[in-house]
Amino acid sequence: MMNRREFCKTTMIVAGGLVIPLAALEVFNPKRLLAEKSGDDKGNVRWVFLVDIHKCVGCGFCVNACKVENEVPYDANVTRTWVERYVVTKDGQTSIDSPKGARDGFTTQKIDQGHLGDKEIDPASIAKAFFVPKLCNQCDNPACVQVCPVGATYQTGDGIVLVDRSWCIGCGYCVMGCPYGVRFFHPVYHVAEKCNFCYHRITKGMKPACVDACPFGARKIGNIRDPEDPVTRIITSEQVNVLKEEFGTKPQVFYLGLSREVK
Amino acid sequence: MKNHVWRPLLIVLVVVCGILMTRVLVVPDDFGVYERGYMYGWHRKSNEAEWKSVRVKYKTARICAGCHKEKHDEIIKSVHASISCENCHGPNYDHPEDPLGMNIDRSRKLCIRCHAYLPYKGTLRGGIPGIDPEKHYPSAECVLCHIPHNPKAMNQKREAKS
Repeated sequence: MMNRREFCKTTMIVAGGLVIPLAALEVFNPKRLLAEKSGDDKGNVRWVFLVDIHKCVGCGFCVNACKVENEVPYDANVTRTWVERYVVTKDGQTSIDSPKGARDGFTTQKIDQGHLGDKEIDPASIAKAFFVPKLCNQCDNPACVQVCPVGATYQTGDGIVLVDRSWCIGCGYCVMGCPYGVRFFHPVYHVAEKCNFCYHRITKGMKPACVDACPFGARKIGNIRDPEDPVTRIITSEQVNVLKEEFGTKPQVFYLGLSREVK
Repeated sequence: MKNHVWRPLLIVLVVVCGILMTRVLVVPDDFGVYERGYMYGWHRKSNEAEWKSVRVKYKTARICAGCHKEKHDEIIKSVHASISCENCHGPNYDHPEDPLGMNIDRSRKLCIRCHAYLPYKGTLRGGIPGIDPEKHYPSAECVLCHIPHNPKAMNQKREAKS
């Protein structure tokens, strides 16, 4: 036999549980959801990025410009974009480094292995070496956005994944969820931070700071919905590749001359 | 109905209203589902404008050429033409009204970004004239001998004579 106290308790639990989906009903309005499904390809802008690995010399001007432009603390070991160096020796070994994200470029032949110290590589043993700039892929299926429990990170209509600093609770799911490791915590705001193709510049008709800073034209930005865009032409007509395609994230940063050593 | 049914129901109603009220108060008006649908487009719309309003620091070489035309015309002929002015002179910010960022970087560190020799044959970097920063006049600034706006070796000698 149920007494009054038990009845009250159970009622409260059941009602409390019911309130959660009730509160969500408004957001899940099926009419609106259906309308939005068909509107997926609205708009005539979808930003994409093109990196030409053949042209990168590892000067790091892009990283320097990005840090200043986007107010990422200069000496903190975090950065929205970085450059990796790959040195493959004739015995098949690959050495990879990116000291300070290549903020000051690559000025020595020694490979920076962090706490393991520097590694000398005999120039005669080098089979190939190249530099790979990395940045946010602004994926079409952004894993980082899916895992956000509060709707603080989202994708705009033109394909840029942004973080709402006032809404982020700093749980770090997105940092873990990104297969490309582009997210980090902002040392000042203590919220998730990431590359947004310099959204404040591209929406004003400018190019991202890293693109303007690159002296060799290794970085380019384009609009994939514009068939006349030179970047679109390269992506559609040349041998381009993306990073970690097997993750199904549909990354929108394309690479020319991507080697299989690149992770 | 009896009192023992109404009382808990009333409490439930108050709890439900409380939760809904808090939701209305806490969630901003423009929070909703936008272009990219529920899965990717659920956000506070005004945040897009907040990101768009970030201050532009690098104004590009085109802006520099507006006032410093003679410098621009000179550099455009040199092999350093592809380097943006702001890479060495610092970000423009609101120069000339507010020359906050305009500190010319004349340090060795800047030059050796490209000109520290790396033995990567067949790459663009391997082809750039390079030095070993530890052996090539390690305590001197590059600009003592080299003119960054006119870096060809022949030009350096010519300019030194004049």
